[in-house]
Amino acid sequence: MNHDSNQGVRFLAPVRDLGRAGVFLFTAITHMRLTRLQLAETLRQVYFAGARSLVIIVTGGFFVGLVLSLQTYDTLTRFGAGDAVSTVLALSLFRELGPVLTTLLFAGRAGTSITAEIGLMRATEQLDALDLMAIDPMERIVQPRFIACLIAVPALVLIFNVTAIAGGLVFAVFMMGSDPILFWGNMQSTVELWRDFGHGMVKACAFGFLAAWLAVYFGWTARPTSEGVALATTQTVIATSISVLILDFVLSAFML
Amino acid sequence: MTDVSNNSPAISLREISLELGGRVILEDFSLDIPAGKVTAVMGPSGAGKTTVMRLITGQLKPDKGEVWIDDVRVDQLKSRELNQMRRQIGVLLQNGALFTDLTCFDNVALPLREHTDLPESLIRRLVLLKLQTVGLRGAADMYPRELSGGMNRRIATARAMAMDPSIMLYDEPFAGLDPISLGVSLRLIRDINHTLYTTSVVITHDVDQVAKLADFCCIISDRRVVATGHPDELGKSSHELVQQFLQGIPDGPVPFHYPAPELAEDLLESEHPR
Repeated sequence: MNHDSNQGVRFLAPVRDLGRAGVFLFTAITHMRLTRLQLAETLRQVYFAGARSLVIIVTGGFFVGLVLSLQTYDTLTRFGAGDAVSTVLALSLFRELGPVLTTLLFAGRAGTSITAEIGLMRATEQLDALDLMAIDPMERIVQPRFIACLIAVPALVLIFNVTAIAGGLVFAVFMMGSDPILFWGNMQSTVELWRDFGHGMVKACAFGFLAAWLAVYFGWTARPTSEGVALATTQTVIATSISVLILDFVLSAFML
Repeated sequence: MTDVSNNSPAISLREISLELGGRVILEDFSLDIPAGKVTAVMGPSGAGKTTVMRLITGQLKPDKGEVWIDDVRVDQLKSRELNQMRRQIGVLLQNGALFTDLTCFDNVALPLREHTDLPESLIRRLVLLKLQTVGLRGAADMYPRELSGGMNRRIATARAMAMDPSIMLYDEPFAGLDPISLGVSLRLIRDINHTLYTTSVVITHDVDQVAKLADFCCIISDRRVVATGHPDELGKSSHELVQQFLQGIPDGPVPFHYPAPELAEDLLESEHPR
């Protein structure tokens, strides 16, 4: 009996957490208010979450492009199709790798930082102070960071894709001596704007939403201790990574 | 219980009962805080002093009883009305709770920018005047991390009084301050009380400072108010707990040992674990 009830509690806990996260999201969205101060704070957060993630995104993108073209070029040349490397590169980047890898890198760099910042604000009574000054912390703290992530992730996906293609170009054209006209021509003739690029950007927006939601939620609900904040940042990375990979499969299945 | 106050209360907590996390914090708790005076709320650690402050600000709602500020019943206010009321209250939290990504100037300007449509030039003047009051106008462009703990609390005091509140609440304003900062804090609380005609409530356990500062004080223990009156009168109280608290006696009604089984029983148990 006791064992069964423990199992029940264990099963119910994630459902309860999901419910809380849903209520939190609903509150955050319904509390949205766009004032001059909110706009300024949102832009500041776009800089912190987006612009300051550029180093990891550009470096990551360039090397992903390099290694992807290296692997595909090696395989394709065995079948005499080395020129198709740009097609494989572009399709895998636009459809899958760009949105997924960018969001994973973003969760590690900016998501954790947002979670830790909000968690520490709770631990140091800054959220309480806002509440006591009759300033809604949801409006002032959560909303700008949430919107900033929504803007930053799709923009970073675009930058990741561009630098990854640049990496592929460096390998295929400058190192392997492929024809640059064939490189660009094959890419242009096979990649469809909506089916490949557009669907990838839809994924980028969905992943951005997920990363934003989880980062602010775990920060908001972090226990106000150093251990609590550490746990919350870990949860952000794990939850974002797993849910992005699952959502990627679901979206891919619907979009194909 | 002694009550020397004849003033009409600015804040009134009536027959409050509150349970948090399965623990009764306050039970049948009543306290009237006189208008325009400095009132000290004292008591041993964990007695519920900060809870009283949270009840006044409406952050906590009592399970039973009423919280009044003038003729407004705080515990029944809806979110919007509560926010309206909070603009009349300035709160200094224990560690200041300044925003570390804003300069001292922006910290003080924050409530003015959020709640008023004043032009930036006027906000600048108001903020500089507030900073002048706490003696830190010269630190306006510095960040909280560049200042000492005592200075941070002074900036937080300037922020708390930015909207010229009618009530100022101070949560442990003297904790961890050096003698100079302590003197500055005492003078500030007194000056703000006199110049702004505010009702000031100081949550503290610093008996020596209360004697210099408060017009009226109350001691909380065992979930209720055990003594009220002028600091001088409390010293004459025959209440055992009041004497233990004022004289800092380590054992008494507030025991030195946290409740535990007999020591011998515990030691024997370690040899024969359950």
